[in-house]
Amino acid sequence: MGTLTIHDLTAAYAVDALDAEEAREYERHLASCERCQSELAALSQGAAALAYAPEAPAPPVTLRESILEQARRERVNVVPLRPRWTRAAKVATAVAAAAAVALAIWAGSLARSLDDERSARERADHALAVLSDPSARHVSLEGQNRGELVFGPRGAVLVVHGLGTPQPGKTYEAWVIAGGRPKPAGTFEPGRETTVHELDEPVPRGATVAVTVEREGGVDKPTGNILLSAKAV
Amino acid sequence: MAPRDLAHLSDEAVVALVARSDDTALAELYDRFGRVAYGLSLRILRDEALAQDAVQEGFLSVWRTAARFVPERARASTWILTLVHRRAVDLVRREERRRAESLELAPEPTVSGADDDAWLRLQRERVQAALRQLSDQQREALELAYYGGFTQSELAERLGQPIGTIKSRMFTGLSRLRELLGDTEETWERSPSTT
Repeated sequence: MGTLTIHDLTAAYAVDALDAEEAREYERHLASCERCQSELAALSQGAAALAYAPEAPAPPVTLRESILEQARRERVNVVPLRPRWTRAAKVATAVAAAAAVALAIWAGSLARSLDDERSARERADHALAVLSDPSARHVSLEGQNRGELVFGPRGAVLVVHGLGTPQPGKTYEAWVIAGGRPKPAGTFEPGRETTVHELDEPVPRGATVAVTVEREGGVDKPTGNILLSAKAV
Repeated sequence: MAPRDLAHLSDEAVVALVARSDDTALAELYDRFGRVAYGLSLRILRDEALAQDAVQEGFLSVWRTAARFVPERARASTWILTLVHRRAVDLVRREERRRAESLELAPEPTVSGADDDAWLRLQRERVQAALRQLSDQQREALELAYYGGFTQSELAERLGQPIGTIKSRMFTGLSRLRELLGDTEETWERSPSTT
């Protein structure tokens, strides 16, 4: 099959109507064809809608546990491997961070209004997307608390463990320092165990991210000592 | 880890947690899509044990490959159902003997007690209504491919049409389906882009 017609396989691929060899050929092509990628995204939505047409009886209750059990078994096999230690530690941090995000969302569900809840959820969703981006870089924080700076094309997030409550009338404020000039990157309250703060400012390579304690509401220029910092390398 | 309520997270955010090997997040995805996945697999495989295998394999693919999911490129629901569908089609092709006995596509099984989920029923009615608006030929090609597990070459042979015709029926049918169902599907649980 020539490359002139391979674009035409998109619909058949979307409904899994290619044989194994055709599918492999199409996938090789797909990797480098933006037109097919966006067409496939659109057609797959139509295809997935077809999944809803049949009657859907409840699956047997044992199926859920059987899937979860198998999933847990696979996870146990991966984590203890020695060379993966750094990766495992990284994942552990991210899981803790994700848990904190989920807790924040749960708290958000008690928010006064639906708008508050929605915006909390959107922020949390976005922070999760940054944390789970495999191309994001992780840099450990220096300072009084353990934690890390996660930054990538989707944004930058600070994850800090065991951050105490600031004195009354004070708040934590994040800074992005590039070219010697600190820019305010949002104030935040500590979480219960893990604090997750998505920076309001983009973090260019080589910039330093820092956290200080400032008066409530935040300030334009840092006045407090730097409690935590990380260089975005 | 404290017990968590993931109900407020979007599908995409739950997948992000699954990518971090969080099994409660996998359970949440199963609770959201397990039933649709099972209904689909049962329609394709017409065998409860095989349908369970397909759903299990599909969700384990979700578990193993969640880190590669790109939310900008697809909805999580589309991605999950695609993985389950692929497993079901793999299985039905392996079980071709079952089908060889009767080349007719079996009628959709009627299942009692399948209607107790109001949202699912609504979804089903919307999709069935959209399907009825396709031309008979488009619907036939899509149904045989998607629920029957036939390849495009098998379809061409079975329907006595050139492959090009089959391709274009599937293409037009899928485009039309997406148009008819619009973007309203599931928008209530999707958060707008924050970038």
